[in-house]
Amino acid sequence: MSFDFSPIFDRWPMLLSGALMTMLLATAATALGFVIGTLCAVGRNSSYRAASAICAVYVETIRNTPFLVQIFLIFFGLSTLGFTLGAVTVAILALTINVGAYTGEIMRAGFNSVHSGQWEAAECLGLSRLQTYWHVVLFPAVERVYPSLTSQFILLMLASSITSQISVPELTGNANFIQGVSFRPLETYLVIGVIYFALSVVMRQAFNGIGMLIFPRRRRLGTAL
Amino acid sequence: MNNATENKPVIVLRDVEKSFGQVKVLHGVSFEVQRGQVTVLIGRSGSGKSTALRCIDRLETVNAGYIEVCGHVVTDPALELRKLRLDVGIVFQSYNLFPHLTIGQNIMLAPRSVKNLPKTETVELARACLEQVGLGDKFDAYPEQLSGGQQQRAAIARSLAMQPKVMLFDEVTSALDPELTGEVLKVIERLAAGGMTMVIVTHEMNFARRIADQLVFMHQGKIWEKGPGAILDAPQTPELQRFAAQEL
Repeated sequence: MSFDFSPIFDRWPMLLSGALMTMLLATAATALGFVIGTLCAVGRNSSYRAASAICAVYVETIRNTPFLVQIFLIFFGLSTLGFTLGAVTVAILALTINVGAYTGEIMRAGFNSVHSGQWEAAECLGLSRLQTYWHVVLFPAVERVYPSLTSQFILLMLASSITSQISVPELTGNANFIQGVSFRPLETYLVIGVIYFALSVVMRQAFNGIGMLIFPRRRRLGTAL
Repeated sequence: MNNATENKPVIVLRDVEKSFGQVKVLHGVSFEVQRGQVTVLIGRSGSGKSTALRCIDRLETVNAGYIEVCGHVVTDPALELRKLRLDVGIVFQSYNLFPHLTIGQNIMLAPRSVKNLPKTETVELARACLEQVGLGDKFDAYPEQLSGGQQQRAAIARSLAMQPKVMLFDEVTSALDPELTGEVLKVIERLAAGGMTMVIVTHEMNFARRIADQLVFMHQGKIWEKGPGAILDAPQTPELQRFAAQEL
């Protein structure tokens, strides 16, 4: 058995652009998914039946179907409806919708973990429910579930490889091309496996850094999350 | 303001009934609190005094009876809760300071976002309220950096910053050791001397006797005796007799 990595390394610009695209997908979907998930958690906890029902249907639909099926449905569904969006836009949309559902459940756990006394104190000071979420509950909730959020967003980055199926030129998509022209599939996927691993490590470190930055209590205690 | 409104009690509870599921915790509780008066609810754990206090601020809804606070009919389902909460301040046993905000931010939050006061004004207000509870130097500290007694005094300052007409204290020293209890009680006594209308639930009997204009003794969800602090020295009912004998 002999390995030959040279046809892969020769195409390093493709690997680089693929990795950058993967990070772009992950970053965009993380930011948007966090917003969607947080709104979804608020909606699901809401006393408005319609809002909580809509959020529940969304979360359960997404969490109980495969991502590959979701992305095909969105991709072909949108084009059937006459929307012509680029593959990258569709990928970000699908990833956001997907991670939003999971984030929603994590954020809901975070909101519910905030002691009822905090809600009462805010209520008695005259804060509205939304003001309480924004000023009182959001920050401690995120702080508490931050490790889970971090894992979810790293999973999202890894899951973005599936968007190669709608020909998004991200890391896996480009690897598919490289192995097709080099006839070196094992080496190709070994290399991108290592690259994905490195991206995960980078993301985890970045999230730890952000955690230290935005959670002053953690900073004072000197613990990353 | 005419005499009629001046003499009107600030807080009225009439025949208040409250159940949690099958368990009835308030059996027809009635009392009144006049402006500037300090009313202290005493009784054993489970006697319903905390529940009665929480009903005043509509943290619990009652099953029957009538409650009025500062002209707001608390038992009216259509009551605008925000208006009630602007007139009533409450301090809890567990402080409930917001842990991610500094003491100053804790105090400024409601004046800024509920009353829409400008920032400079809320800073001054917060500093004044902290001075009032003897924590002038803790503006930038986080709750976790304070002792229990300091946290509770900060929580009192946070309520005061909304300039309520009535203050409610729900066992505010029960989580504190005797030394820290003293500093919190001193703050409450100063408020009483300043003419604040207050309802206090406490297990500190000496404090209750000292500060109360009206003592209300509760047992098994009923009021057995009410009157000045002296009722502790000459109990009329065997229930209060037994309670006083144990507690004093």
